[in-house]
Amino acid sequence: MDHDQARWTEDDRRYEPLLAEKDRTTVDVDGTDAGLPDDLTRDTLTVPQLSEPEVARHFTRLSQMNYGVESGPFPLGSCTMKYNPSFTEDLAARPAAGVHPDRGDQSVQGTLAVMHDLADYLGRIAGMDAVSLQPPAGAAGEFAGVLIAKAYHEHNGEDRSEIVVPDSAHGTNFASAAMAGFDVVEVPSGEDGRLDLDALGAAVGPETGALMLTNPNTLGLFERDIEAAAEIVHDAGGLLYYDGANLNALLGRARPGDMGFDVMHYNVHKTFATPHGGGGPGAGPVGVSEELAPFLPAPRVRETDEGDYEHFEPEHSIGKVHGFQGNWLVLVKAFAYIARLGDAGLADASAMAVLNANYLASQIDYEVPFGPFHHEFVASAGDQDAADVAKRMLDYGVHPPTTKWPEIVDEALMTEPTEVENRRSLDRLADAFDAVAAEDDETLVSAPQRTSARRIDQVSAAREPRLSWRALEE
Amino acid sequence: MSDQATGSPYAPHTPAETEAMLAAVGATDLEDLFDVPESVRFDGKFDIPARSERETTQAVARRLDRNEDLVEFLGRGHYDHYVPAVVDHLADRQEFLTSYTQYQPEIAQGFLQALFEYQSILVELTGLPVANCSMYDAATALGEAATLADRVRDVSGSRVLVPDLLRDEKRSVLENYAAGADLTVETYPTAAANVDVDALADAMGEDVALVYAESPTVRGTVEERPGDVGDLAADHDALFCLGTDPVAMALLEEPASVGADVVVGDAATLGLGSAYGMGLGLFATREDYLRQVPGRLVGASEDATGRRAYTLTLQTREQHIRRERATSNICTNQAWVALRTAIHAALLGAEGLHDLAVDCVERARSVADRLDAVEGVQAPVDDRHHFREFVAHTDQPASAIAADLRERGIAVHALGEDEIQVCVTETNADATDRLVDAVGEVA
Repeated sequence: MDHDQARWTEDDRRYEPLLAEKDRTTVDVDGTDAGLPDDLTRDTLTVPQLSEPEVARHFTRLSQMNYGVESGPFPLGSCTMKYNPSFTEDLAARPAAGVHPDRGDQSVQGTLAVMHDLADYLGRIAGMDAVSLQPPAGAAGEFAGVLIAKAYHEHNGEDRSEIVVPDSAHGTNFASAAMAGFDVVEVPSGEDGRLDLDALGAAVGPETGALMLTNPNTLGLFERDIEAAAEIVHDAGGLLYYDGANLNALLGRARPGDMGFDVMHYNVHKTFATPHGGGGPGAGPVGVSEELAPFLPAPRVRETDEGDYEHFEPEHSIGKVHGFQGNWLVLVKAFAYIARLGDAGLADASAMAVLNANYLASQIDYEVPFGPFHHEFVASAGDQDAADVAKRMLDYGVHPPTTKWPEIVDEALMTEPTEVENRRSLDRLADAFDAVAAEDDETLVSAPQRTSARRIDQVSAAREPRLSWRALEE
Repeated sequence: MSDQATGSPYAPHTPAETEAMLAAVGATDLEDLFDVPESVRFDGKFDIPARSERETTQAVARRLDRNEDLVEFLGRGHYDHYVPAVVDHLADRQEFLTSYTQYQPEIAQGFLQALFEYQSILVELTGLPVANCSMYDAATALGEAATLADRVRDVSGSRVLVPDLLRDEKRSVLENYAAGADLTVETYPTAAANVDVDALADAMGEDVALVYAESPTVRGTVEERPGDVGDLAADHDALFCLGTDPVAMALLEEPASVGADVVVGDAATLGLGSAYGMGLGLFATREDYLRQVPGRLVGASEDATGRRAYTLTLQTREQHIRRERATSNICTNQAWVALRTAIHAALLGAEGLHDLAVDCVERARSVADRLDAVEGVQAPVDDRHHFREFVAHTDQPASAIAADLRERGIAVHALGEDEIQVCVTETNADATDRLVDAVGEVA
């Protein structure tokens, strides 16, 4: 499969020019226009002044120099880049969804009904007793979850200072724990790529607030000893936190709540197919056991005896992690996706995601250590540089895997095809892997050739940061 | 083909294909692929029925449509400006909407350039040289500003000062961010909604890490002495964080010129409209703090042809590299909303932005004057200039007035016992006669 990405070129120095290179208009700002004293207003404002057709053409060209899930395969490990059903966009765009957050509960029963029902669905899917939809991203869900753990311990008169995290965990786990004021204790993985119970036992103690765990882990391996791990942590008085980044592997097969997890976050932009939007917005609802429900972010939504919905404040709430109710429009899309698939569709999504990962792993020439896999696998580029492999894969019309992580595999190619690829698509993807595997280093370092831009100099970008139109003029 | 009764409509495997793939991996049954111990296997049901797309659309729409169709005169940090249709159509192009964070910049130049344009527009508006490509919302951006102050300040200090009028919700978010860095949040008094500069001076000390003020304030007033707040902060080696938004900045004093070290706010006042509080955290700061900035930054570089190209840069600040020593835990952000904001700002241009901001002052003034003429109402309560919104005193209980207005299809804020707050933009300006008449009937 070949692919030449669109490339709009202005001259030998630029691709599509910046808005500010198309026009710069300066208006003199005179406070008297608005009846304001002049010392309360700025002097001038300089922003491009273009017509609507010019703006439309500009951003259309930019879109053509970008690659989405509908462009082709997108097997980025740990990112769950599945197809985003279009109908959910139309639902989120309905005028009835565009209401102000300060309206009284009685006038936004529709919004509260969706929030109530989505929280209910999420609870059933993961075996959690209560769910807050407020965190606006996975990392925000982690932050909320860690704050809940802290508040729970403090409520019990305990001041626990540590969060335990496996070395293969997502970077956000470490950062979220630190942001909440915890010290991070890292546990090395065992020989089999899974949690090492002895190492865990040594790391856990009276200072342990929680263990944060992803299951399946970032190698795609199910933590078979999860019950024993839960016992170690619980016996020490700690809580078990589930990072929901990999939940797409388990829908209908296993639930975090049944494995002993006390608190978790969901990534609805992964598991429940809301679009990644070039980096966001997502949503990171946080689910908890009954014991932790009083600590959830405020407010929550509940159904009244009359069948209406209302906000309420959990008794020992940690307060808020978003200024309003989170990324509401994203939540609408997630609700629609779950309502569309139902039990059978969700279970099938996981089965096909796991089948696809196993099938692709079996079809490529690169070595794939560890196993058995679930939704993703981590291959090794061996003697090749994984970052160069990724650049070269772009020339074959596919998005490459996540590279160089987790570090437990040399030159890692972390690959998650999701359920949306069929066999033909996976075979083509495998062809791309194999073509690159057979190529020499010279070919790899000169890649990509067929993308909008060629290899970009990252070092000088960081050495001499130029972050705006103004900086380019200096 | 999978169908809705048996599988995901978005997993395109035929039964024959599934069989062949299972054989290729040496399995006979899909369930064999799950390496899950029997003791934690889930064999229950979620009891969520599968639906067709049409049925799903109807089910979700039926819920949403329970929202009352009210003309909203609501603001207090979340604003409804008219978003031109072309913003939706451009931002919904799948190459933007369904793309990932730009870790492979060569294939993601379009989004990177759009984010670079977003950062650049905020640099023009704030006068500060560094704007990141988004935080979640205004409240979390403020939280990040507090932890930034803690990291960059030369002397130790643990107090964050905020106005007593700060929304409880925003303060709660700030407190959650501040607590992890051992910062405490304290309030300073306001006078007629603006900073009481003398009282703030009394509250200052060497242990203050950050002073936060807003303009426009949550009651819609234009801060008259932001420069004095900036000076007070600078005198105590504290950072001055100003909360504002892109429309207000098109008219009001440039934040950099009043000494703002950090600017935060909701940038989605352009590009998104009312979205039940979903926003876009604006975050801009000085060059000195570049390496302590939270979130993603897009920078310009060159590609192998020597042409200018864009890439995420200074990533060693971020969680995926720096882990517990990262400047923030943020990963997924609000990039697509930033794209919308950039498109909307580009459509307005310098003149459109300026005119929109002028309208915000004039509309608030005009509607306040008209409500002031209604018996039982005095507006505005605060003797200040206003932007978009203002507070009115009511002789009747405010909650009763708000309830009566709702009966007439209108939503306003009720504050305390005898104040209502009214926000006017181009999306409700054509209903101001209705508002004034209705207030006349119920006040």
